[in-house]
Amino acid sequence: MPVNFVPSGAEMLRILPEIILVLAGTLIMIMEPLTRPANKHFLGKFALASLFAALWGSVVAHANPGPAFQNMLIVDGFDTFFRILVIVVGILTVLASFQYLKREQSDSGEYYALILFSLVGQCVMAGANELIMVFIGLEISSIATYVLTGYLRDDKRANEAAIKYFLLGSFATAFLLYGIAWIYGLTGSTNLTEIRSALMDLQTSPSVMLVGTAAALMLVGFAFKVSAAPFQVWTPDVYQGAPAPVAAFLSTGPKAAAFAIFVRVYATAFDSISARWEPLIWISALLTMVIGNFAALVQNNIKRLLAYSSIAHAGYLLVAMTAHSEIGIAAIMFYLAAYALMNVGAFAIVAHFSRRRERYLQVEDLAGLGWKQPVTAGLFAIFLLSLIGVPLTAGFFGKFYIFKAALEADLLWLTILGLLTSAVAAYYYLRILVVMYMHEAGEPASTLPPPGAGLKTALWASAVGTLILGIFPSLVLDFAGRSATLLK
Amino acid sequence: MLETAFFYLFALLTLGGGVLMITRRSAVHSAIWLIVSLMGVAGLYLLQQAEFLFAVQIILYVGGIMVLFLFVIMLVNLDQAAKERQFVKPWWVALAVLLAIGGEFAYILRTNTGAFRFAVPVEQPPPAGGNTEILADVLFSQYLLPFEIASLLLLVAVVGSVIMARKRA
Repeated sequence: MPVNFVPSGAEMLRILPEIILVLAGTLIMIMEPLTRPANKHFLGKFALASLFAALWGSVVAHANPGPAFQNMLIVDGFDTFFRILVIVVGILTVLASFQYLKREQSDSGEYYALILFSLVGQCVMAGANELIMVFIGLEISSIATYVLTGYLRDDKRANEAAIKYFLLGSFATAFLLYGIAWIYGLTGSTNLTEIRSALMDLQTSPSVMLVGTAAALMLVGFAFKVSAAPFQVWTPDVYQGAPAPVAAFLSTGPKAAAFAIFVRVYATAFDSISARWEPLIWISALLTMVIGNFAALVQNNIKRLLAYSSIAHAGYLLVAMTAHSEIGIAAIMFYLAAYALMNVGAFAIVAHFSRRRERYLQVEDLAGLGWKQPVTAGLFAIFLLSLIGVPLTAGFFGKFYIFKAALEADLLWLTILGLLTSAVAAYYYLRILVVMYMHEAGEPASTLPPPGAGLKTALWASAVGTLILGIFPSLVLDFAGRSATLLK
Repeated sequence: MLETAFFYLFALLTLGGGVLMITRRSAVHSAIWLIVSLMGVAGLYLLQQAEFLFAVQIILYVGGIMVLFLFVIMLVNLDQAAKERQFVKPWWVALAVLLAIGGEFAYILRTNTGAFRFAVPVEQPPPAGGNTEILADVLFSQYLLPFEIASLLLLVAVVGSVIMARKRA
């Protein structure tokens, strides 16, 4: 049988960002043993440059839309949006990591290589049109993040977090894989487009009950990755134990990619059985918002607080998912972009403030920061206000579009309950602001060194991004809306 | 008829091996029963005319991974663990959950007999060229990208385990 092994040039262009990132990651691994310890930060700069190249690559790929490699991947607006989003998260994380790694004396090439590899997995997830690609992308991203979580090996908490994340994560992926096997058995395909047509065809469509079971099994895997209730238990422990820049990465990059594939699978392949999965996601959305927001109220550790807040934000995103409409999908995309900027920013500040071995992580430690370092505190305030959803910040429009989509889909109760829980959320974010501005400056705030150049760039970039999205939301929303329309 | 008999034989090996693996006290015995269970799975593959999977199952799992398992078990001192009565006390909870979920699955599968297209025996002539060749063709044409990208997955896993296992600086 003659088989054409060589993919066409257009297809290679469509996976250009992945190619760039894999090459850069591998090169870093090769250069790592050849660099002296004092020069390790050059590897970080190289990673940064390659991330910008990958950003350019995503734009080039976007100019050549279409399926690639026998429908394994599909390059469309949706894919490009999430590719750019995760790569930007990668850039911000790398920028925020320079100072942190130097401080912890753990600067090494592997850290950057793992971030790049993890991003490859996330880009693959964003564009996957095939359940096998979903699984491989998810695993690449997950395994890299398991290792990044335990990267500081002398830290007991990091070790605990890594092993918890690894065990629970593998377990969740097994559910996903089992669901995929069921789908393959029921429809005879793992390709999302083919699954969609197999389920739409009323004559040959397999039993709804079995497809529902398979969709539920896959839901377990996805819900774990986006930390939706009741599969959110790992989140606080892992975010608390992971190095702060890694927590910034975990809470945004892999989460955005997981949401991307979650939406793609459920809104395209499982479109015809939406009556089955919508109630499940309804319940999960409500639980996630309630658990996240109420548990965050009693947290004193900032990283734990941000972890519960991250769970709550996943809940809002699930509300838009329940709406199951084009504007719902656009709202998810916008919210993820807004959330990525503000959350990376908040975690980057925590990374800087906590000092060596992350000593200062209590909310009280921030006392008086507003007067000792007005700029850093001001940036932190922007991120926190955006997380609350105050107007003129990205968080406001994010929540606005999500609840608008929910109302248009007649999800009145979910909207009301969601708004109530997000009002609860204001309390714990404002508490940080109060401590920062209205308490006497303590030792931790007084001894804080000014942020380094990389961190400063990351903070300013995220803050400016948060404000731009809050003042001109249409810049991103229009693109998101167009991509959402083309998704089906 | 003969095929059915073999199916039950291999299924017995798989399940029996699995049960014995989790109930044996000695880790070495557990590992050996796991090998038996994996051999049973290999036999099931052979019955499905998947010779390639059969060979891979034997070479990789039984030959490679299990030998590594045994090495690790023999390197690590497990005498203490063998004396412990049981790691998880409330085993009846696990049993209840297992029965409940098993019942659910049995019910769903029973009420939907024939929904799995592959569960229905299809009488078709074996495709020309043999299982291994067809697999190779599909792997290098349709599934080229996942096949190649899986190597990145392995690379990440190797790099990760080296980072986790290296000596402290």
